[in-house]
Amino acid sequence: MSAHVIDSKPLIEDKVEHKEQENYLTAGYSLKSWLLTLDHKRIALLYLISITAMFFVGGIFAALLRLELMTPQSDLFEPDNYNKLFTMHGIIMVFFFIIPAVPGVLGNFLLPLMLGAKDVAFPRLNLLSWYVYIVGAAFTMFTIVSGGVDTGWTFYTPYSTSSSQTHVVPVVLGLFITGFSSILTGLNFMVTIHRMRAPGLTWFRLPLMVWSIYATSIIQILGTPVIAVTLMMAGLERIFRIGIFDPNLGGDPVLFQHLFWFYSHPAVYIMIVPGMGVINEVVTCFSRRSIFGYRAIAFANVGFVVFSFVVWGHHMIVSGQSVYSALIFSILSYLVGIFSAIKVFNWTATMYKGSISFDTPMLYVFGFQGLFLIGGLTGLFLAALGFDVHVHDTYFVVAHFHYVMVGGLVMAFLAGIHFWWPKMFGRKYPEGISKFAMILIFSGFNLTFFPQFILGYLGMPRRYASYPDEFQVLNIMSTAGGSVLGLGFLLVGVYMVWSLFFGKEAGQNPWKATGLEWEHTTSPPPTENFYETPVVNEDPYNYANRDFLKDFNKEVKASA
Amino acid sequence: MQSSTVQFLPEQASSFALQVDLLYLYLTVVSAFFTVLIVGIIIFFAIKYRRRSDADRPPMTVANLLLEITWIVVPLALSFVMFIWGAAIFFKMASPPKEAIDVYVTGKQWMWKMQHINGHREINELHVPVGKPVRLTMTSEDVLHSFFIPAFRIKADVVPGSYSKMWFEATKPGKYHLFCAEYCGTKHSGMIGSIIVMEQREYDAWLGNTKDSSLAEAGQKLFKTMGCVSCHSVDSATKGPNLEGIYGKQVRLQDGNTVIADERYLRESLLLPNSKLTEGFAANMPSYQGLMTEEQILQLISYMRTLKPVTTNTSNKTVVSTLAPAPQATPAAKAEATPTPKAVATPTATESKPSGSPLKSEPAK
Repeated sequence: MSAHVIDSKPLIEDKVEHKEQENYLTAGYSLKSWLLTLDHKRIALLYLISITAMFFVGGIFAALLRLELMTPQSDLFEPDNYNKLFTMHGIIMVFFFIIPAVPGVLGNFLLPLMLGAKDVAFPRLNLLSWYVYIVGAAFTMFTIVSGGVDTGWTFYTPYSTSSSQTHVVPVVLGLFITGFSSILTGLNFMVTIHRMRAPGLTWFRLPLMVWSIYATSIIQILGTPVIAVTLMMAGLERIFRIGIFDPNLGGDPVLFQHLFWFYSHPAVYIMIVPGMGVINEVVTCFSRRSIFGYRAIAFANVGFVVFSFVVWGHHMIVSGQSVYSALIFSILSYLVGIFSAIKVFNWTATMYKGSISFDTPMLYVFGFQGLFLIGGLTGLFLAALGFDVHVHDTYFVVAHFHYVMVGGLVMAFLAGIHFWWPKMFGRKYPEGISKFAMILIFSGFNLTFFPQFILGYLGMPRRYASYPDEFQVLNIMSTAGGSVLGLGFLLVGVYMVWSLFFGKEAGQNPWKATGLEWEHTTSPPPTENFYETPVVNEDPYNYANRDFLKDFNKEVKASA
Repeated sequence: MQSSTVQFLPEQASSFALQVDLLYLYLTVVSAFFTVLIVGIIIFFAIKYRRRSDADRPPMTVANLLLEITWIVVPLALSFVMFIWGAAIFFKMASPPKEAIDVYVTGKQWMWKMQHINGHREINELHVPVGKPVRLTMTSEDVLHSFFIPAFRIKADVVPGSYSKMWFEATKPGKYHLFCAEYCGTKHSGMIGSIIVMEQREYDAWLGNTKDSSLAEAGQKLFKTMGCVSCHSVDSATKGPNLEGIYGKQVRLQDGNTVIADERYLRESLLLPNSKLTEGFAANMPSYQGLMTEEQILQLISYMRTLKPVTTNTSNKTVVSTLAPAPQATPAAKAEATPTPKAVATPTATESKPSGSPLKSEPAK
């Protein structure tokens, strides 16, 4: 590689003797060296393997759901089994894939590297988080094997506590346990960000990814205990018949919804905010520009933390809460939307007069921008009270949150995974086929979920195993799109594994990106992350100060 | 209404349908504008500033306060229009007109049971007249359900232990889907039915064709057989409040608060009689929880609605006197307590319920 021409910074790997170079992957090969590791990078890979497995299981459930929905009748599965499928799809994707995806994998891997630290503040706690997650996942897997659960991922009472005949208690227990994984990770990251920044790395010099992780951690710590206790109460009511939520026992079913959404709305931001963090890093690198409006984006994260906790009632507009509470939740929902708008506008402005290249991570950023835009804007639809009454609990809502969760978070996660893959494994993924996969995923996604907006407005309720004939055409389109989408994901899995063995050597900084993880350590990094403690004396994304562009233009002219 | 081609709007068959569709149009136009704008800008930048282009790359401005303020204020202003528009429709949906026809709906796994005020019952079908407001009072016998009529653009969750209300005015005769929109177990997707909108004349003929006794008559029977009468009549009003004219009245409670005696309060007083005691009465009423079905409770309430207020001034909503523990003060004839079915069919004078009653349902605490 001709790095010396392009980048003004001397590469660390030139200084380190290649033969003796040991990295975190080669530091030990035994199973024990993985399962008892305290290295945040190895823990990140443990998470990567587990969430990928969970994504695969959740994806299979999704495929089966789409197959059933190709015909109006409930013919492929018994209605009970269909109900279990969508419940398990939701539980696995939400609690075991989306929530831990970016913090667990990219956060764990990158946070200490971005801060110039050797590890997170509490490495043992970090490993414990992963084990707690695995124990929670084991309970859920046990539930699947033993017959499943059919309450929907929302566990609405009194169905979940008094009516369902399925294994509600083990799965609730599993989620209760998993919640602690989330809380411990959040705590660990917060302390790490406060205490372990490199010399010179002030708050406003932090990469925005770190701000995102910080905001996410606060929500995890404040919100997760509420869902844990709520699910525990539902479990207790189911076992001991104490009256909390079931009106026949003197309880209040709507109370459950308040408590559930008090966590589960902020949880939407636990899911999407870290993904937004990834976008900041990728869009700057492939535009060779500093981020536009650093402080606006940083404070938008703070806005998410505050406002995400006061909009839960917009999930309950037709639940029978008072019209005046609905009014307040509606207006607050519009306010929280503004913070997303700020970010989208700033990312777009970052590209202005940049030097844009179209590597796969950047394509995923484009995909994210488009899909998240639609997801966010349809959120404005749903916050309009009179409109929500009609589309609440229909496929319109299903389409909306898939645009945010899959179109937003999964796109961002894939952008991040492709972007940092060379750093994680020292090898590059194959560029051509990865672009093809991106196009498959993007078009498959739209074909799957766009028809669902129309279906929802036409009135097709969610969680229906059978439906009237007139909805069939749109459902077939959706299923067809789903198969393209699934193919795209499988392709990513295949070439990523392939690249571990056969990918091109990446070198320290294949993207010529700024940031401590790229400029101050090798790929893959050594166990202790840095050979010497980095000192920071500039703002993040300082691409203007790299000679890259000047030299690059020179090269272009010379070759012309 | 079934067709094999793809439609984009469900049929417009209620007075709300056009309003909601217009809001939908506004939302779609604003969103499409921003989508095209932002995606357009991104594509333009991606081409113009692609790495190999000769475009000028001056040092960048990293922030611009004016720009930030612009793209905060403009979307905020546009979304405030959405907020106000949506809220305006929502408030209309929450304010049934006084003259609305009452229908009682009970959801249970997995069917809808409707009772018309004259006693006519239906399952999974609801016949209503065109051009007349209809108000539904709904509850559930088991778990949450949600009453959803796409062609009318309305929906309300049906909550066990509480009454939810919604109303509509159908504008077009025909047969429309009724869906359960809140997941309720095995046959959730089978908990569907039809709303049949009829011309007034046909509706009258259909409605009249029933042998069921009216809801109020059924309620009156229950009032005797369940023993209500032994405490809640004029003669025995020392034990329990006299219920004549109770419906829609403000009731002063033991703790000094007042509450409007609507369906929700009356239901709660049956099932949890001690939770909101009328001022001046002891907590001596047994709970009827588990002794009555939801439908019977609705019948009893229908009966109570027909009980004419007694003698004293009732024009003012704040009147509490007839319920105060002064049996001697209400020497009204007991004979009045037997309503004619005709008076039942049109709930009129007895109703002093304030209009626009919100869909408030903080169920029994």
